[in-house]
Amino acid sequence: MSEAATATSVPTPEPIQRRAVALVSGGLDSMLAVKVMQEQGIHVEGVNFFTGFCVEGHTHAIRKKDQDKNKRNNALWVAEKLGIKLHIVDISEEYKDVVLNPKHGYGANLNPCLDCKIFMVNQATLMLNKARELAGEKGFDFIVTGEVVGQRPKSQRKETMPIISSESGADDRLLRPLSARNLPETLPEREGWVDREQLFDFSGRNRKPQMALAKRFGLEEYAQPAGGCCFLTDESYSNKLADLWRARNERRYELDDIMLLKVGRHIRPADHYKLIISREEGENRFLEGYRYQFTSLTTVSCPGPLALVDGRLESDDELRQAAAIVARYSKGRSDDQVVLEVKEPGGVAREVAVTPARPDQIPLEWNVG
Amino acid sequence: MTETVHDLDVRRQLCPIPVIKTQNRVNQLARGEVLRVTCTDPGALNDIPAWCRINGHQVLETRRDDHEVVITLRVGEPSVAL
Repeated sequence: MSEAATATSVPTPEPIQRRAVALVSGGLDSMLAVKVMQEQGIHVEGVNFFTGFCVEGHTHAIRKKDQDKNKRNNALWVAEKLGIKLHIVDISEEYKDVVLNPKHGYGANLNPCLDCKIFMVNQATLMLNKARELAGEKGFDFIVTGEVVGQRPKSQRKETMPIISSESGADDRLLRPLSARNLPETLPEREGWVDREQLFDFSGRNRKPQMALAKRFGLEEYAQPAGGCCFLTDESYSNKLADLWRARNERRYELDDIMLLKVGRHIRPADHYKLIISREEGENRFLEGYRYQFTSLTTVSCPGPLALVDGRLESDDELRQAAAIVARYSKGRSDDQVVLEVKEPGGVAREVAVTPARPDQIPLEWNVG
Repeated sequence: MTETVHDLDVRRQLCPIPVIKTQNRVNQLARGEVLRVTCTDPGALNDIPAWCRINGHQVLETRRDDHEVVITLRVGEPSVAL
C-alpha cells in the first residue's frame, strides 16, 4: 500500500470542543471575554460568586424610591444574552477570611481586591478540578476572566496578574482574553485550543477598546462599565463595617450584619449600641423582617421610621435616649412629645413617650458611615 | 393523580440568595419535578425565570401580589455539577 493510501485510510479525529469556566460578574469585561472565547468555538459556562458584599440591586430591591430601577441580576442577564449556563455560588462564609485577613492588604477602603480575585480564581480552579474528576471530557479545560492589565489600581496590574495565576492554583490554565497578548502564553494558547492572534492586548483604564469591541460584537446594551460591584469599595460602607468591628472589639461579621450595613441611617450613641433607622417605606419593610432578632422602636403617635437596636440598651435613660433619636426622624419631630412602641425580640412590647431629640443632641460623630 | 409540588420559602432574602437557593434545591430534584418558590424580593421575578431559561428549566407560573412573588417551575436536564 502506498504511503498516500495509508494516509487516506486513517479517519481524521473529530476536534474536541474545549470547555472553559468564565468568571462572570455581569459587567462588560467578563461579557466580552466570554464572547471572544465563543467566537473561537469554545464552550463556555459562567460562574458568579456571591460574597455578601455584592451591590447587585440589593438596595434597589429594598428602597421604595428605587423600585422602578432595573432589578435584574446582571450576571444572569449577561449569561442569557450570551447563551451560556451560569452557576451562582454562595461563598459568603468562606469569603470572611478574605475580608478579615487579606494577605495582600486593602485598597482605598476595606476592599481586599487582589486577595478577592485570587480567592475567586481559586474557587473556579477547585470547581474545574472537581468537574474534570466527575465528568471527564464534559468537565472543563481552563478558566477565563475579563481582567485587563492596568485597569484596577489594586488587582489588575501587570505585576499582580501572575500572582493571581500562581496563588490561585490556576497557573497557566487562567486565560484573560482581553489582555492575553500583554501576558505570557497560557496553556490554551500553547495547545492551540485558542488562537492567541485573535486575542487582545487591552491595557489601562481607557475603556474605549472594550466599547469598540462590544460594538463589533453587536452588544449594544451592557451594565455600566467600571461601576463598583462590591460594597467594600464604598467609603461609607467600609466606615460602617470598621465601626462594627471597633464596637465589638473584634473583627468578625455574620451575613445579617453586612446586609444591615446596606440599609438605613446608622447612629451610634455608645459602643454597646447602635440604631439602624429606616429612611423610607421600603427600608421599613426590610427591617421589619429583623424584629424577631433585635429590639425595635417605632413611632405610634405619628408616622415615623422603624429602628433596630444593634447591641443593648443598658438603662431606662438609654432607652429614652434611643427613642428620642428615633422620634427626631419622625413626622412628629417638632412635637412636644412622641409616643413610641419598644418591642423586644421575644414579642414583649411597651410604650414610651419622649421629647424628640434636637439636632444638637445627635452629634455628627454618632453618624456612622 | 395530583402532582407533588415541592416548596421553597425564601421570603425576606435578597437576590441573588433566592436564585442560589432555588438552584441548590433544583439540583436535589429529578427531571420533571415541580418546585414552587415564594420570595419577597421583587427582583426574583426577573432573576429566577432568567436562571430557569439559561439552565433549561421550565417556568410554569409567576404570580405577584402586594409583597410576595411566587414562581413555579418544572426541573429540566441536570447540569454538570460545578
